[in-house]
Amino acid sequence: MANFYTDNKDLRFHLKHPAMEKIVRLKEMDYREREKYDYAPHDFEDAMDNYDRVLEIIGAICAEVIAPNAEDVDHEGPTVADGHVTYARGTRENHEALTRAGVIGMNFPRQYDGLNFPMVPYVMAAELVSRADAGFANIWGLQDCGETILEFATDEIRQEFLPRFNKGATAAMDLTEPDAGSDLQAVQLKAHYDESGGTWLLNGVKRFITNGDAEISLVLARSEEGTSDGRGLSLFVYDRADGGVIVRRIENKMGIKGSPTCELVFRNAPAKLVGERRMGLIKYVMSLMNGARLGVGAQSVGIAQAAYEEARKYASERKQFGKTIDQFPAVYEMLTLMRVRLEAMRSLLYETARYVDTYKAWSFIAAERPLTKEEREDLKNNTRLADIYTPMVKLISSEWCNRIAYDAVQIHGGAGFIKDFPVERLYRDARITSIYEGTSQLQVVAAIRGVTTGGYLAQIREYEKKELRPELDHLKKELVSLAGDYEMRVAQVVSAGNNELTDFHARRLVEMAANIVMGYLLLHDAQRDAGYTSSAELFISFAVSENRVRSEYIGSFEEKALGLYKVS
Amino acid sequence: MNGIKIVVLAKQVPDTRNVGPDAMKADGTVNRSVLPAIFNPEDLNALEQALRIKERYEGVTVTLLTMGPVRAAEIIREGLYRGADDGVLLTDRAFAGSDTLATSYALALAVHRLAPDLVIGGRQAIDGDTAQVGPQVAEKLGWPQVTYAEEMHFEGEKLIIRRRLERGVETVSAPLPLVVTVNGTAPACRYRNARLVMKYKYARTDTELQAESSDYIAAGRSSVRITEWGVDAIGADPEQLGLSGSPTKVKEIENVILQAKESKRLTSSNADVESLVRELLENHTIG
Repeated sequence: MANFYTDNKDLRFHLKHPAMEKIVRLKEMDYREREKYDYAPHDFEDAMDNYDRVLEIIGAICAEVIAPNAEDVDHEGPTVADGHVTYARGTRENHEALTRAGVIGMNFPRQYDGLNFPMVPYVMAAELVSRADAGFANIWGLQDCGETILEFATDEIRQEFLPRFNKGATAAMDLTEPDAGSDLQAVQLKAHYDESGGTWLLNGVKRFITNGDAEISLVLARSEEGTSDGRGLSLFVYDRADGGVIVRRIENKMGIKGSPTCELVFRNAPAKLVGERRMGLIKYVMSLMNGARLGVGAQSVGIAQAAYEEARKYASERKQFGKTIDQFPAVYEMLTLMRVRLEAMRSLLYETARYVDTYKAWSFIAAERPLTKEEREDLKNNTRLADIYTPMVKLISSEWCNRIAYDAVQIHGGAGFIKDFPVERLYRDARITSIYEGTSQLQVVAAIRGVTTGGYLAQIREYEKKELRPELDHLKKELVSLAGDYEMRVAQVVSAGNNELTDFHARRLVEMAANIVMGYLLLHDAQRDAGYTSSAELFISFAVSENRVRSEYIGSFEEKALGLYKVS
Repeated sequence: MNGIKIVVLAKQVPDTRNVGPDAMKADGTVNRSVLPAIFNPEDLNALEQALRIKERYEGVTVTLLTMGPVRAAEIIREGLYRGADDGVLLTDRAFAGSDTLATSYALALAVHRLAPDLVIGGRQAIDGDTAQVGPQVAEKLGWPQVTYAEEMHFEGEKLIIRRRLERGVETVSAPLPLVVTVNGTAPACRYRNARLVMKYKYARTDTELQAESSDYIAAGRSSVRITEWGVDAIGADPEQLGLSGSPTKVKEIENVILQAKESKRLTSSNADVESLVRELLENHTIG
């Protein structure tokens, strides 16, 4: 029986990270629900066994239902009629299988019919689903909206909406408008409070809305008349059953074709306010976006895994000049770098998920009792780390997912350019990852704070402190030296006091930091399991050369050369 | 139909679909120790049919019934993970070595004790491939039987069943009580449900609990017990069970070794393709 969870040993390895003991204890609040719910874990081992078993169910559904449906879904796609979307047949089957397995809303608390799983297994599920069908991964991943409802809405709204997820309700986040993409402050969709009906009413247009005809939608709207910036925006939850929104059209996209991208028209659509007025963009959407970015990180790793496997398989079967092509240096180098990049981005993904888990768990505890000084410190530290790692993982994994998909097509040669092999779809599906939920360029804008405030460096220094086996020492030395070089280049750029110069070098600096971070993570993986030593070795030598290119460039760059790049 | 009680007959079988080099012993019998024990595939189709009836009508209960060694309790757990309400494991040394006649005798007695309205089983098990047990259970109960079922629903008090036959589809109706055997072409069984897995993963039979060395289980984790019945529980006559109750005797086992046949070379001409198609049709490889 095919299973995307059990066939990849890296997943269990990351699930069983030593930091999980603390995360699970916090998430389960010392296993206090064990008497209340017959499916709540009694202790750490029990909880981990639950995650493992549930991921095995999802892995089976991915391999036996979702992946086999992916090609048909790509061809058939969703359709729109009478203002509403109908999913492709395969999409409906996928969704039904997951709903019946009871895994939707898996990280919501049990009181809202969730499974109370931490982010790590939830992100892992997203990776599995993405490997099977990246387009369907959006429909799966939009349960993130529930997380925002959970964190910011009143208990009444939570009770109304959250239990519906486990029964299969779909969700959407309606943010983008024709004139508000990267710049969400420009959102125009109007919300006004109708005194007679005692409800908010939404009017306007949303565009590029993934899964826009979902049952539950979070809508960013301008609630404060006369405002024009982000502080006039609030977040609302709209229930499709109430009516008032129609799908005007769905986009004909390059990839992720199974996921309907909708243009929506709101005409007096009733909606409920989530949280406080005016906090829509600055607080709730930022939180929503962070979740979505981690989701795209998982999606990228999933697509990259699928592309790598297609390439690996093809190269081991395709013969030229009397041998299989994976025996040629030009090909095996590509394959090995694909694998090593994949392992590095996966380690970064789950490291980030652990920071998110830790701060979220503390936040929930903080809602019940005051935290101690150390606990507050831990909450703050993990929040900060989650904030700077999330754009990093989104940037790196989406870009590398594209790179891996590109190489996978390359290994297929002409066969990769025709639609007979899955790699052609993977290549198209990969392309969106570095664009939506904030382009790579915007991730750099978010991540650069981690560079200039020293956040990444501080964490790199933490990683440095970890005791390693002596045979890993030489690798650590390389990373220590890379960190020194990175620190110097950051100082050089920042000390110039020119923001434009910092923005110009921002991506290079973020990538340098990311390479060092991933080098350490792989080194720690190798410490935990010697089987990862060669990956660490390969990645670190790759990181050394990659960082050298960037370092040299920054070192020899003169400020006045900025002018040469400007487009008049 | 609301409120009916369904018993699903299921068997734990060696996974003969993934046979490796050491799958057979030198004497030609199945080497059960190297083949993973699985839920007989068509019994899963049967379980799915039962679960669909349970979903569709009010107050329906589904009980899984299996006969086998203690480890066959895993089949009951698999059923619980998918939505069965409970299960009974028929286990006793006296059952060992039963052929289809002795097995159906024991199963029929257990069904009698459970007193369901409807019994659903898979058409046949992949280890013996006899397709006899379901029909024999029906005979022993004196109930009507419908075989090769693919889909079923109630119209009034009658069960309407679509049967997949060799040359087409037949729809029949039958009154309860009834035994139905389900074909592998029926819808696949649903996946395990996350919450049910977490709830039932420690469900154990009493014998399993005694054997379990783990403190974990002893510490009260197993809140759900799987019913275990032996010969006495079903009031069976030991003479009709096991080897003494089994008239089937294996006379001889022959190892079939497939040998390469003569090969034929065909060109891509229409004439050659046509003659190949005709030949395949004639020897019923296709069509």
